[in-house]
Amino acid sequence: MSDVSPHAFIDLAGITKRYAGVTALDGVDFTVNHGEAVCLAGENGSGKSTLIKIISGVEQATEGEVRIGGNLHSVLNPRISAAAGVMVIFQDFSLFPNLTVYENIAFSTQLTGHKRLFDRSQARKVAQAAIDRIGVKLDIDKRVEDLPVAHKQLVAICRALASKARLIIMDEPTTALTEKEVKALLGIIRLLKEEGVAVIFVSHKLAEVLEVSEKVVVLRNGKKVAEGPASEFDTQSLTRHMTGRDVPEARPSPVIADAKTLMSVRDLAKNGSFENINFELMSGEVLGITGLLGSGRTSLAKALFGLVAPDKGSITVDGNAVPIGDPVAASHARIGYVPEDRLTEGLFLSQSIVRNVAIGRLDEHTSAAGFLNMNGLVAEAAEWLQRLKVKAPDIEAPVQSLSGGNQQRVALARWLSRTPRVLILNGPSVGVDVGSKADIHDIIRDLAKEGIGVIIISDDLPELLATCHRILVMRDGKITDELAGGVATEEKLARSLAS
Amino acid sequence: MSSLFSKDFWTRNETLVAGVIILFCVIATLSDPLFLSVTTLSDLLRASIVIGILAVGAMLVLVSGGIDVSFTAIAVFAMYAASVIALAIWPGMPWPLIFAISVCIGAALGAINGLFIAVFGLPTLIVTLGTLSVFRGFLLTFVGSQRISDLPPAMRDFSRGVIARGTTEAGSFYSFPWALAALLAVIVLTWFILHKTMLGRSIYAIGGSLESARRLGINVKATQFFVYVYVGALAGLAGIIHGSVGRMADPFSLVGLELSVIAAVVLGGARLIGGYGTLTGTLLGVALIVIVQNSLIVVGIPTTWQSVTIGLLILIGTGVPAYRAKRAAAHAG
Repeated sequence: MSDVSPHAFIDLAGITKRYAGVTALDGVDFTVNHGEAVCLAGENGSGKSTLIKIISGVEQATEGEVRIGGNLHSVLNPRISAAAGVMVIFQDFSLFPNLTVYENIAFSTQLTGHKRLFDRSQARKVAQAAIDRIGVKLDIDKRVEDLPVAHKQLVAICRALASKARLIIMDEPTTALTEKEVKALLGIIRLLKEEGVAVIFVSHKLAEVLEVSEKVVVLRNGKKVAEGPASEFDTQSLTRHMTGRDVPEARPSPVIADAKTLMSVRDLAKNGSFENINFELMSGEVLGITGLLGSGRTSLAKALFGLVAPDKGSITVDGNAVPIGDPVAASHARIGYVPEDRLTEGLFLSQSIVRNVAIGRLDEHTSAAGFLNMNGLVAEAAEWLQRLKVKAPDIEAPVQSLSGGNQQRVALARWLSRTPRVLILNGPSVGVDVGSKADIHDIIRDLAKEGIGVIIISDDLPELLATCHRILVMRDGKITDELAGGVATEEKLARSLAS
Repeated sequence: MSSLFSKDFWTRNETLVAGVIILFCVIATLSDPLFLSVTTLSDLLRASIVIGILAVGAMLVLVSGGIDVSFTAIAVFAMYAASVIALAIWPGMPWPLIFAISVCIGAALGAINGLFIAVFGLPTLIVTLGTLSVFRGFLLTFVGSQRISDLPPAMRDFSRGVIARGTTEAGSFYSFPWALAALLAVIVLTWFILHKTMLGRSIYAIGGSLESARRLGINVKATQFFVYVYVGALAGLAGIIHGSVGRMADPFSLVGLELSVIAAVVLGGARLIGGYGTLTGTLLGVALIVIVQNSLIVVGIPTTWQSVTIGLLILIGTGVPAYRAKRAAAHAG
């Protein structure tokens, strides 16, 4: 091998991984030094999760050499990898919600000690030591289920440290955190690096972690396409490397001057969630509603589609009142709602793609006798899938076989096939990779051009700026600010959110 | 541990159940001053032994994230088979040996559940529904369907052994049989396993998150297998105590009791999703169920209302915390 650094903690050379004819990784070299933070970037399917699986011993490389701490491992399994100090913090943190903080942190150390008895005082000591090491305040006797997300992440980090981690791999570490919490996390990462612990970030949203990283490695279609010091990358260049093309985010085209009022919301209120909500939506307008977690934005989104019953207020579409708190009536008024959590609320995961789209149109394809015209139904669904560029090997394949971006498109296709007047999108690009995100934004802009009124509920500020004509800011259940999309900037919006 | 003053203490199921028990006792004493006596206590304790041992086992299964409905079939199978074996080969067999046979048969039947659940990974409810039927059918078809009232004398001797007995000043008779010690032993042993061993903590961990437990390297299969064997052994013990105290091996008894037992465990705060459950809660739940089954008449509620009362207690006891959690979640959005 060319320049094998004697100091590298992880040293992968020429790693190739093939699964039944598909090449997931193709001759990738990858090194991580002690105390170094590396960003591993790539879209879904780029091979970054496969690379992590090889380092953590879950998968074996088809070809290539794996060295951890200077030792060549021809056979690697999760135990060997963990013993060498490689710890993976999954996106769900893999914690036990029913156990206390100290037990969660100390569980693996007690397991590897091969003791039969559980040593409570030892466990508490181990946990407290790990917490003190990163200098945070955590009540070790609290149950993990009672902790906020950011603290759960800290528990996961402490557990890795208690298990003598030399390398911590963090999968999407910032998605669930607020800006302040991300800052706190970065401080902890700096501390760990000083102690010689290496970190690999695996993420779609890398801009946030760039400042504490030394190196960036970008994978695309199983190949390493870029590697360099973190200072040489920014959001745009990262996106370009990840997608292989420039994805310029266009601003929305202006609403037609004489656009009619499409939807109007008056005095909508729900005790404990939101109050005094008033706004109008023009036809062809994209309206953003944002706010921090707990600001009431999600409840409001659901209330607009009747999934949450408001206490008072009225909603009209085209001048006709829509009964509140009734999703069937909302659907008849041609309001569409694409939920944030498409996995549990929006899609029938084990059903085929085409059925997921077609379900929205069953009544339109039912004959007078009550039988379904399957051919017409399938043909229509297929047309929508094509229009939204859903990449699927087979429209009869189950939805769960698709990537996040394509799943979101299926959810959109279902509603679009019903030709809605108002489309409410809750977090339209949560868990979707950069390229698909831009495509979804294109779709949203196109819909607006056709005269559909779109409401986007999101906390992704660049997304709102790229798609919305107007942005409403919510705090404590009230609309506190309104910004015009054309002139707003990210800083302005962030300030309005936090104030 | 939560202190008496923390908010946590007042919202726990244990507190709720204890409150209901105290309330019941107060009302019962007001309507019949004789209720509050050593006699009532000894009656209720004796009625708690079998259901208590079974409930401890059922709690363990719920904590591990499963559910077992076959333990009553295991209990009656082990009891009847042990009695038949003792009568056939050595009618003078001492009771510890008869008990050991019953416990071993119970453990072996539990191992069959464990095999299907831990090794083949089948759903626990389906497996135990199946084995409930199979064990019972096997017992009635191949072992016997006759009631045996001529039990080995040692079993009768066991049931006669008392820790204390006497007559109260009011003239009513009371006794605390040695079988109570068996319940106590089961409680201590289970407490030790759950709180002092890695095995016990692993049972909680698996119930909390199976996937996380696997990722952490906990031996999930071995832990689950242990749970079902242990529950089987406890069922064997409960069965033979039931037979001895009742002085009859009745192959038709016990089965049908499983829902009352699971009700007691759930009332005590164990959740069907796994990971939650305490011995204190389980025993309180058992106490409540036993009181309702035995003393409802004292407060003037006809015994025909028993199952309605138990049902309402379950609905309220588990419904109130669940509804509160749902409200809290709705507000958080």
